[in-house]
Amino acid sequence: MKDRLRVALVGNPNTGKSTIFNALTGLNQKVGNFPGVTVDKKIGFSKLADNTNLEVIDLPGTYSLYPKSADETIVFEVLSDKNNPSYPDLVLMVVDATSLKRNLLLYTQIADLGLPIIIALNMMDLAVKSNMDINVDSLAQRLNVPVVPIAARKTQGIEELKKAIQYRSNQPFQTPTIDIELIAPDLIKSIATELNLDNPYVALQIAHQYQNIRYLTKVQINQIEAFEKQYDFHSQKSQAAETIARYNFINDVLLDTVKYNSAALEENISNKIDHYLTHKIWGFLIFIAILFAIFQSIFAWSEYPMYLIETVFVWLAQIGHQYLPEGALTNLLIDGVIAGLSGVMVFIPQIALLFAFISVLEDTGYMSRVTFMMDRLMRKVGLNGKSVVPLIGGLACAVPSIMSTRTIENWKERIITIMVTPLVSCSARLPIYTLLISLVVPKRYVLGIINLQGLALMSLYVMSIIAAILVAWVMKGIIRSKAKGYFIMELPVYRMPRWNNVGITMFESVKTFVTQAGKVIIAVSIVLWVLASYGPSNRFEKIDEKYNSATLQQKYSSIEIGRLKASEKLENSYAGVLGKSIEPGIKPLGFDWKIGIALITSFAAREVFVGTMATLYSVDGDATKMESVREKMAGAKNAQTGLPVFTVASAFSLMMFYAFAMQCMSTMAVVYRETKNIKWPLFQFAYMLVLAYVASFVVYQLLK
Amino acid sequence: MPINISKMKLSQLKIGAIGIIKEFTDLEMSVKLMEMGCLPGETIKVERIAPFGDPIAISVSGYQLSLRKLEASTIELI
Repeated sequence: MKDRLRVALVGNPNTGKSTIFNALTGLNQKVGNFPGVTVDKKIGFSKLADNTNLEVIDLPGTYSLYPKSADETIVFEVLSDKNNPSYPDLVLMVVDATSLKRNLLLYTQIADLGLPIIIALNMMDLAVKSNMDINVDSLAQRLNVPVVPIAARKTQGIEELKKAIQYRSNQPFQTPTIDIELIAPDLIKSIATELNLDNPYVALQIAHQYQNIRYLTKVQINQIEAFEKQYDFHSQKSQAAETIARYNFINDVLLDTVKYNSAALEENISNKIDHYLTHKIWGFLIFIAILFAIFQSIFAWSEYPMYLIETVFVWLAQIGHQYLPEGALTNLLIDGVIAGLSGVMVFIPQIALLFAFISVLEDTGYMSRVTFMMDRLMRKVGLNGKSVVPLIGGLACAVPSIMSTRTIENWKERIITIMVTPLVSCSARLPIYTLLISLVVPKRYVLGIINLQGLALMSLYVMSIIAAILVAWVMKGIIRSKAKGYFIMELPVYRMPRWNNVGITMFESVKTFVTQAGKVIIAVSIVLWVLASYGPSNRFEKIDEKYNSATLQQKYSSIEIGRLKASEKLENSYAGVLGKSIEPGIKPLGFDWKIGIALITSFAAREVFVGTMATLYSVDGDATKMESVREKMAGAKNAQTGLPVFTVASAFSLMMFYAFAMQCMSTMAVVYRETKNIKWPLFQFAYMLVLAYVASFVVYQLLK
Repeated sequence: MPINISKMKLSQLKIGAIGIIKEFTDLEMSVKLMEMGCLPGETIKVERIAPFGDPIAISVSGYQLSLRKLEASTIELI
């Protein structure tokens, strides 16, 4: 028995590659990384009928072996380098039957690399519907490879596909497609000799791509460069000649194997839908309505599960305090780790829902229409039509939105989108806004209908979106990129969403979020807990002593003493000392040291603000009792001046700070994960901090 | 139909108009367009234009492709 058969899944985008991947492997998948690049490596496992262990690698979808994005470079690297740890035994080429000619271009390129191939001819049901008559047997004969007709969405043909894999040939028997050596005979020979290659097409591809292929050595690259000068090789001319030759071969094959009986029916329906969905007026109205519905549902549907998750963690903490022995370790576990975990888990419903909606929008084909409609507008500020979705998603949570920017192929446009998405007012800012607004904005109606408090809240949201667009426009001028932006994009026909794909996307995104961002969040929560629970030298002991004294014991009830003690301890903890040390810096913004502590503790997550305020103003530890927190905050007086701490000026200044500052470890962790470079989250943190400081300063000084 | 419409570009076609690809004026773009099925001799139809006048959507070799006007202007029609 062979130990493991490695199959590489290759195909154009929108061919149902991921559906086939899911059908073959189910939930038995893992996402890793190709070493050294930012491309996700999706691997799935399965067993064939003869007990062969199957390892399926889902390579990025591409229209050609000539890469247009960094993701696509990986396809040639994996398929051409026998020393690559992912080098497959077999290529499973997914071909969209409804668009055979374009799909076969990639097939002919892959076939010439000299690996055994099986073709999965997908969307056969749609091809039949659109009156295409494909003679599968004669196609297989012409190409001399197994061709398995399937309809992956209906799970038809998957078993036959598995059988074809089981009875594969271990030798590449496919008919040669074009005469490769004719394109650049001397160069191909020289490179093949230099690199000791037996395949002329691998040599030709290397001639085109040598500067980006990571398995070549410096010496080899210089040698290839010299060869190209010597033989006067012109990459684009050669590519054009090759592509035309390949289409000649394809046309020849299709002539005998496919008959088009009449115009496609499916496409006409798609056209009719597009008539409304991309209409000048209707298109935008429908788009706004869909976004509104999604935004509403994310809030409405996640409310109950989020409450449940919080309840479970509160319960866990209670149980822990009840049954675990008292001590620092227990406190760390419960107030540090469990509190941190709860902060992560509580986002799961929103993340799962946002990803489900986005995956439905993509699966149906609607997303590419949104891109199509918005591209012109977004391009003006350095974004892409595809940036619309993460920006809107940012209203709920920046974390899944940043994960969803992967659909933007252009590096610069994607980075700018990632950089500005956290500016959009997310749901974690909402409790802070509502608390501060209720503190300083009177509950009054202007003109009889406009609620002043509501107006203030809405202005904050509108401002956040305007800020994101303005910052994008500035970054367009700052960030340098050689990559040219293209917008040559397929508009796939509308289809029903595949619900189990939606489910798997939800599951995978949640898993990634919990494992990747979760680690960082827990670590920071622990650090914060330590900072807030311990103080320099013996200050804490003195506080304990003070409150144990008889005079105080008589004066206050035990609950009150607990509160006062907690408040004084926080003031003397490392976090408190830190708050006091930054006080001079934040004074021009109208903040005192207590707000300073809140700013520091809410670095991990903005939501911490209300809880910190509750502790600082010695209310019951229960942060959900907003009423009492507000009353205490309203009565807070500056110790030196005797003036109220929270005025219109300082409250709005504080809101500005929370609006612009990057106070979210989850977002920073996900930005690091997505960009794979610590420079980006740090840059983002810095620019947002500067923006927050300036905005707060201006607002405070103007309103003071 | 006028017979001599030499130098007619894809970007100049109106919605619903049909043309046949003659050649490309930009080599780099031509390689990418050919990979997407836009070949000399292939029939293309402008299906719609985005609300702000750019990009455009065409149907070519059995599917729909969207491209910016600037990219479409590198395709010359017969």
